Amino acid sequence: MKNLYLLDDAIISPLGFSIEENIQAIREGRSGLKLQQKPEITENPFFAGIIDESLLNQTFSEIGATEDFTKLEKMILLAVKQILDKNINLDLTETALIIATTKGNINLLKEPGDFPENRLKLGQLGKVVANFFGFIQTPIIVSNACISGGLGLAVARRLCDSGKIKNAIVVGADLVSDFVISGFNSFQALSAEACRPFSKDRDGISLGEAAAAILVSTEKPKISGVINLIGDASANDANHISGPSRTGKGLYKSIQKVLKEASISSEEIGFLSAHGTATVYNDEMESMAFHRSGLEETPLHSLKGFYGHTLGASALIESIITKHSMLNNELFASKNFGELGVSKPLNVIRENQKQEISYALKTASGFGGCNLALIFKAEKK
Amino acid sequence: MPNQFYIQDWIKIKNGAIFNSEESVFAFSEDELNPFLKAAYDNLKLEYPKFHKMDGLSKLGILASEIIFRKNKATKDTALVFSNNASSLETDRQFQDSTKTFASPSLFVYTLPNIVLGEISIKFKLQSENAFFISENFNAELLQSYTESLLLSEKAPEVLCGWLDLQNGEYDVFLCLVSKEKNIPFSEENLKKIYCAENEKPTH
Amino acid sequence: MKNLHTELKESIIEQLNLEDMEPADIGNEEPLFGDGLGLDSIDALELIVLLEKDYGIKLTDPTQGKEIFVSIDRMATYIEENRTK
Repeated sequence: MKNLYLLDDAIISPLGFSIEENIQAIREGRSGLKLQQKPEITENPFFAGIIDESLLNQTFSEIGATEDFTKLEKMILLAVKQILDKNINLDLTETALIIATTKGNINLLKEPGDFPENRLKLGQLGKVVANFFGFIQTPIIVSNACISGGLGLAVARRLCDSGKIKNAIVVGADLVSDFVISGFNSFQALSAEACRPFSKDRDGISLGEAAAAILVSTEKPKISGVINLIGDASANDANHISGPSRTGKGLYKSIQKVLKEASISSEEIGFLSAHGTATVYNDEMESMAFHRSGLEETPLHSLKGFYGHTLGASALIESIITKHSMLNNELFASKNFGELGVSKPLNVIRENQKQEISYALKTASGFGGCNLALIFKAEKK
Repeated sequence: MPNQFYIQDWIKIKNGAIFNSEESVFAFSEDELNPFLKAAYDNLKLEYPKFHKMDGLSKLGILASEIIFRKNKATKDTALVFSNNASSLETDRQFQDSTKTFASPSLFVYTLPNIVLGEISIKFKLQSENAFFISENFNAELLQSYTESLLLSEKAPEVLCGWLDLQNGEYDVFLCLVSKEKNIPFSEENLKKIYCAENEKPTH
Repeated sequence: MKNLHTELKESIIEQLNLEDMEPADIGNEEPLFGDGLGLDSIDALELIVLLEKDYGIKLTDPTQGKEIFVSIDRMATYIEENRTK
């Protein structure tokens, strides 16, 4: 299959509205998770990463009318705008727009405000974004639970392979809506504190909201260092719709498939960006799959302690941060990691390190039993 | 380039009727969703109690894939590439209603469109590639190029792809099994043609 | 008044969509999970909702459910001891 180069990117999150601010916050160990109260949903306070709406409106007002768009749309439009501003010669007629989201504008179901009813449809979300910038091609919407953002990159690579497209802007975005808070609360899956991936005392997820976007292309850019997606694979657990396979069999299979496609061995992977949601079962099954894949010594982190679980955005955000880690030769610590609390040994990064990475692996898993693995390669002079 | 892949089999479910490339599989006197799903389940003698716990979208997906895979045995790598307009909106609304009293975990789990891919994977033991796309209308171009890419790159030996939509109690299902087995050439045009043939009654 | 055991069986059949089952099909001591009735983790969460909705019992620790949802007998005893409505 063709290579897919990861070019300019943007992240709009509680950590900041630019990629630089996001990376700086991670470098300094600053989390976007804050204590939230939603007494109408749960009497227990919980942590979540929520974007300040007045700050968002203030920033957005420079590019559009704040009352014409939903919160999620504003986040996405800001992210895409940053990329287009850096690529003013990008031909939008031959650039695909791929949007990955689990729930889109689901908050409109409860509070539609002045928006028409169909605005909560994901197809409509695609239209709003495409029309704002003038994308010609029909937007491609990927909604595949918590692997969506990473699957968006795989979809771009696969469609490029078919020769249908040369460039794409891949977007991943989701909100912390009352809808998902109620849902995860009914699953008793919300942590009372900021989530603690892979730690012994982890007790559930923290939710987060964000929009990320990245320009990808089959054409190698004329710059000295570039990151290339050289493998992608997904596999279903065929086990349970809301819980992962205890042994991580689908995740293991997706890792084996992606290593095979990239033609490298697990020892060559220099960094692993895990899913690490901090639920008891997820982190445990990841440790099983990583161990079985020979990745127990590979430095790994989860970014959920910084962002919370941003659902459809998470695997794209984590891929983007991985890209910058590889370009800057720096590995970021796994926030809120205490004592290892999974049954197989893992090399969870405790402190930021300088290290050259030739190949990195990104994995994600989600409801419906889906699993995804991506391999990135650093091409430096 | 000669077409290497074929629509080996297909199935449609709409307006109280299920039919495939050869025949009418099942027709029911009323087209209302729940009685229809129950009658189809009984008619197929499915004997899969989990079925009754699923949401409408998953039930439709299980019925359609059951009929396809009874005739054409699935492999563990048979990929699933589905699409629709409404995502899981039908169940989203039900879950939202439940939050007014007690948020229902068994509804929440179905508030993602790809859950049906998980249900099908469990029933037929598929550990394969999954993707769920949302588009305003049936997007033959996307289904064709994505499916073909999975087949050409050998990420899957065959793909069950198509449209599985449910909104306001109205259902529209069209799934086809794409493989190297010679039959209808797999192309955007043929996908459109079969999908658009409105409740075409097969003639023997 | 209806016997608590029967009432529980009826609401479990309804809440968990155990189609084609009658209260008489569920034994009082039969395991609800695993080999018995074959309930799963989502069913367990739904039973937690049922306890709160019908009997005013709030379980905050999901592992508590494991000890209570052993059988209809065990559930009924727990409800008798803890119900607030």
